[in-house]
Amino acid sequence: MQKTHLELTQVGISFPTEKGPFVALQNVNLHIKKGEFVSLIGHSGCGKSTVLNIVAGLHQATAGGVILNHKEVTEPGPERAVVFQNHSLLPWLTVYQNVELAVKQQSKGKKTKAEIRDWVEHNLALVHMSHALDKRPGEISGGMKQRVGIARALAMQPEVLLMDEPFGALDALTRAHLQDSLMEIQAQLNTTVMMITHDVDEAVLLSDRIVMMTNGPAATIGEILTVDLPRPRHRLQLADDPTYNHYRHQVLSFLYEKQRKVEDLGSKRAEKQQQKTQASA
Amino acid sequence: MKILHHPAFHQWQSQFSSTLFWRKQLKQSLLTFSGLLVFVLCWQLASSQIQTSLGQFPGPTQAAAQWSQLVDEYQAEQQREDAFYQRQLERHAALLAADPQAELPNLPYRARPTFFSQILTSLQTVLTGFVLASLIAIPLGILIGLSSNLYQVFNPLIQLFKPISPLAWLPLVTLIVSSVDLSAAWGSRSFVVSVCTVMLCSLWPTLLNTAVGVSQVPQDLLNVSKVLRLSWWRHLRIIVLPSAVPMIFTGLRLSLGIAWMVLIAAEMLAQNPGLGKFVWDEFQNGSSNSLSRICVAVLVIGLLGFALDRLMLTLQRKVNWDKSAVSR
Repeated sequence: MQKTHLELTQVGISFPTEKGPFVALQNVNLHIKKGEFVSLIGHSGCGKSTVLNIVAGLHQATAGGVILNHKEVTEPGPERAVVFQNHSLLPWLTVYQNVELAVKQQSKGKKTKAEIRDWVEHNLALVHMSHALDKRPGEISGGMKQRVGIARALAMQPEVLLMDEPFGALDALTRAHLQDSLMEIQAQLNTTVMMITHDVDEAVLLSDRIVMMTNGPAATIGEILTVDLPRPRHRLQLADDPTYNHYRHQVLSFLYEKQRKVEDLGSKRAEKQQQKTQASA
Repeated sequence: MKILHHPAFHQWQSQFSSTLFWRKQLKQSLLTFSGLLVFVLCWQLASSQIQTSLGQFPGPTQAAAQWSQLVDEYQAEQQREDAFYQRQLERHAALLAADPQAELPNLPYRARPTFFSQILTSLQTVLTGFVLASLIAIPLGILIGLSSNLYQVFNPLIQLFKPISPLAWLPLVTLIVSSVDLSAAWGSRSFVVSVCTVMLCSLWPTLLNTAVGVSQVPQDLLNVSKVLRLSWWRHLRIIVLPSAVPMIFTGLRLSLGIAWMVLIAAEMLAQNPGLGKFVWDEFQNGSSNSLSRICVAVLVIGLLGFALDRLMLTLQRKVNWDKSAVSR
């Protein structure tokens, strides 16, 4: 549990432009232990998704590298399963077939038909989707689709579960429900999770550590907050917990005092407006 | 009895038993019928005003009369064919009676083309051309769609060839086909010329739409494919093709429409014994019935084109995963 499992060293990415290289991300150093739940939080465009995509192997870092279990990550693979923001289920396959595709691909003939069936059903039961095996994604709600997306990722038996704002597109009630499910499943399987989020409450509730990113360009890790709250965690009890609120406050102050962005834009716009009105007058 | 308990059956049953459903159907058929009625009336009124060198322009009644005339001619030809084979059987019997070892000459009946055999020829020609075009266009479109480099290579060519009229292709195709020695298996020369022209003109919409459909697979699904490490073939079969199916069918329907239009022109000039030749022959013939017969042919061409499109639509509904997609 204590050994470093996933290691990001001096990770950076830059794009060539006509005005020279544009550095989007730099000096990202992060050591994640097995079974740890780490959230990445930051304003839009700060490169959170880029970090996740580099770990997933979908993007290539131009500096530094990622090591998982003493092996460098160079391409996507099933040991790093991704839960995408908008579920990304294949709309022409049923719920069962979507998960089955991942299982078949990952087991590569090592599992018998019956074993595959059991494993698919087991993982769909884990996310409480056993009732909709033969439905297509178009026939189920957004929350259900996201559950299936999680089941598909889990069915690959990943070393690391990468989640890109998995609950961002859901309504508050569904989101809370799925957060609880995720905590339950993670406690059960002890999977390492790296999750991107915009939601401060979600980050504090779920994470062992919260990685707060500075604004881009040349974004990097600003602060790392260790959330030392006993598990299992219950949202209702935590709502009045002073430690919980302290953590929450720390994240909020990082986002809105140290790394204000939205306000900056707002004030700039106001200034411009003022100039315009002055000019016209 | 399982079907009686199927939910779809119950839905079907309640749908047909509800008065609302029938009212809707009645309204729809009344609207369709009124459109047809207006057309027939206009036709009747307009035709009485038009004088041509072949007499008065035929109205709906003359066309209807020619339709039944065409049916009669077809039936008469059928009877002649039956009689021919009957006589042949009798001759065979006579020969065998004289000499049990006699060789029996099996003569085929050389049928004169009737309107209905010409329809059949047209359908065969258009479907052959269309299927050949699709067999080329879909795989090529997939390849072009998968690689942006190939797309850059082929796109100017597609844009260049797409607008070429069938009438411009015909002389070239005719000369090439007549320079090639065709074995009997290929069918007659006029058939091959028509098929090639149809193919050349109906290739492009399917090619273009397939390429666009394949290149527009959502990035998320491509990422899924990468994370799952799908092989090239499985990636194509599981991710790319289903995602491109709606666009492929859009292309196929456009292509079939073009194929049918091109066919009539091609048959006129290539003298393939189909509907195009029928129209051309009647035009050259110039009898008092010719214009009415052409009117019948024009309507039949329209109806068959419509039927072909419906056929593709049905096929599309069968193949497409997105059953909720409204396609008309």
